[in-house]
Amino acid sequence: MNNKLKPRRPLKEKHYWEEWTGRIYTSICVVFLIVVMFSIVYFVASKGLSTFFQNGISISEFLGGKTWNPTGEPAFYGALPFITGSFITTLLAALIASPLGLCAALFMTEIVPGKGKKILQPAIELLSGIPSVVYGFIGLSVIVPLLRSIFGGTGVGIAAGCLVLAVMILPTVTSIMADALSALPKGLRESSYALGATRWQTIYRVIIPTTLPALLTGVVLGMARAFGEALAVQMVIGNAPHVPTSLLESASTLTSVITLSMGNTTMGSVHNNALWSMALVLLVMTFVFVILVRLLERRNRV
Amino acid sequence: MKAKTVDKIATSVIVVLALFIVILLLGLLGFIMYRGIGHISWNFLTSAPQLLKGGGGIGPQLFNSIFLLVLTLIVTIPLGWGGGIYMAEYAKPGKITSFIRLVVEVLSSFPSIVIGLFGLLLLVNQFGLGFSLISGALALAIFNLPLMVRTTEQAFRAVPKEQKEAGLALGLSKWKIITSILLPVALPSLITGTILASGRIFGEAAALMFTAGMSSPPLDFTDWNPTSPRSPLNPFRPAETLAVHIWKVNSEGIGPDSKEVAAGASAVLVILVLAFNLSARWIGRVVFRRMTASK
Repeated sequence: MNNKLKPRRPLKEKHYWEEWTGRIYTSICVVFLIVVMFSIVYFVASKGLSTFFQNGISISEFLGGKTWNPTGEPAFYGALPFITGSFITTLLAALIASPLGLCAALFMTEIVPGKGKKILQPAIELLSGIPSVVYGFIGLSVIVPLLRSIFGGTGVGIAAGCLVLAVMILPTVTSIMADALSALPKGLRESSYALGATRWQTIYRVIIPTTLPALLTGVVLGMARAFGEALAVQMVIGNAPHVPTSLLESASTLTSVITLSMGNTTMGSVHNNALWSMALVLLVMTFVFVILVRLLERRNRV
Repeated sequence: MKAKTVDKIATSVIVVLALFIVILLLGLLGFIMYRGIGHISWNFLTSAPQLLKGGGGIGPQLFNSIFLLVLTLIVTIPLGWGGGIYMAEYAKPGKITSFIRLVVEVLSSFPSIVIGLFGLLLLVNQFGLGFSLISGALALAIFNLPLMVRTTEQAFRAVPKEQKEAGLALGLSKWKIITSILLPVALPSLITGTILASGRIFGEAAALMFTAGMSSPPLDFTDWNPTSPRSPLNPFRPAETLAVHIWKVNSEGIGPDSKEVAAGASAVLVILVLAFNLSARWIGRVVFRRMTASK
């Protein structure tokens, strides 16, 4: 018989090596991600915490102090104006963007399912594609003059900042809400219609309550984006280091102060370290938003 | 009767607000084009910016943006696709996998400015790369990786199970199945995802201010030796990108035509980002047709 069977061993060995290259290569990629995340947290935290541990500024002064004057004698490192600025702009932007986003999502999924999606989906995607500096430019050349001519003053301030942010987070809010609404089982909707409910009654009494956690996820993710956005806000908010008392007043956010001052301070100085502490606040807030999203997702599963 | 009236009012409010978004978008795009397009000329696209005089262009910035994008993709594609393949094919449900998912989620939620600061600390200072294209590319890679991992995972999960089972039935190794059966099927979505991510990279500025820097050395476009300091191809030179330039011109522009420069540069940036988005769809479709038997 010359029916020679090829020996199996080399083939298996080849498989063995192939198997391991794939496994090792992809694992390295994932390990890289983990290392990067932890080193970001480590480096930002070590810099940000040295303000408190090395320079002896108390945490309460940093978080609660209303005066920011790092170059004065004596110097003050109160970051409260920026923290309030960040929170106010973020909340207001979410307040404007959430109802708009919800309406857009309802339009796409409930009112005109097929056609609505065809009109709005590309619009939303294009909105999310416009870079943040371009939003800042538009804010500077449209919103600021508009506010100036309506309310007087300079036009820059919280109001301009949160309008720009609202448009920027609209795509995030809308697309997540639309996903949530279209994931709703058809039966719920149909049984409500079968009972003779109108469309609005169905939306208001059935659809929104059942999808609420998922809808809120969209709002939280939008807020996370607004909180970390730097340049667009910096361009229109005016950058004055005061706790704002009116919407038209010039103010600052954590991101805008970091953007403006980081380049002008020397590494290791107290002023510089205080800026890193603000970056640490941003980092901590990121974790807060991630935890919120996780909690909402858990609610959604039940 | 009353419920029906409420229904009508609610419906019209929803429709009006939804159409408002479309009008908002058209208004925004119209405004950018109206303000910017008149200022775009060949000279504007190729000449260097002028700090104090008028008539400056965006040539080096445009080149820097494109070059930075290429460098970033060289770093991101192997890492992002690899990470996505791990999540789709190797990761078993359990504590470790959900931990990796959390890491990806956190990483994608970090504000870009924090990633820029991290780049400043680690890449620019610690590793001594200075304000350079390479620091910028690495920072953008961090910014972009989580998105890439997620789209890759989705692309691989979307491949029909039968394809993989057929490969297993042939006795192929897992890696062979991934590279020669799953990858070609997933390729159209991978390419679409990568181009969409490129659009994001192109418009990103906050992460670049502290890594790639806010200035460009005078470039000599006849010098293509990557090691010489004035060569455009030198990855260790500082580089201001288009998006950073727009920010700088808007916030501290002192030239007499800084408004026009900002408008023109914004229009160029938006046109390029739109081109990325449209080409992503188109290329995805073409590759899909090539790779599969569908028409």
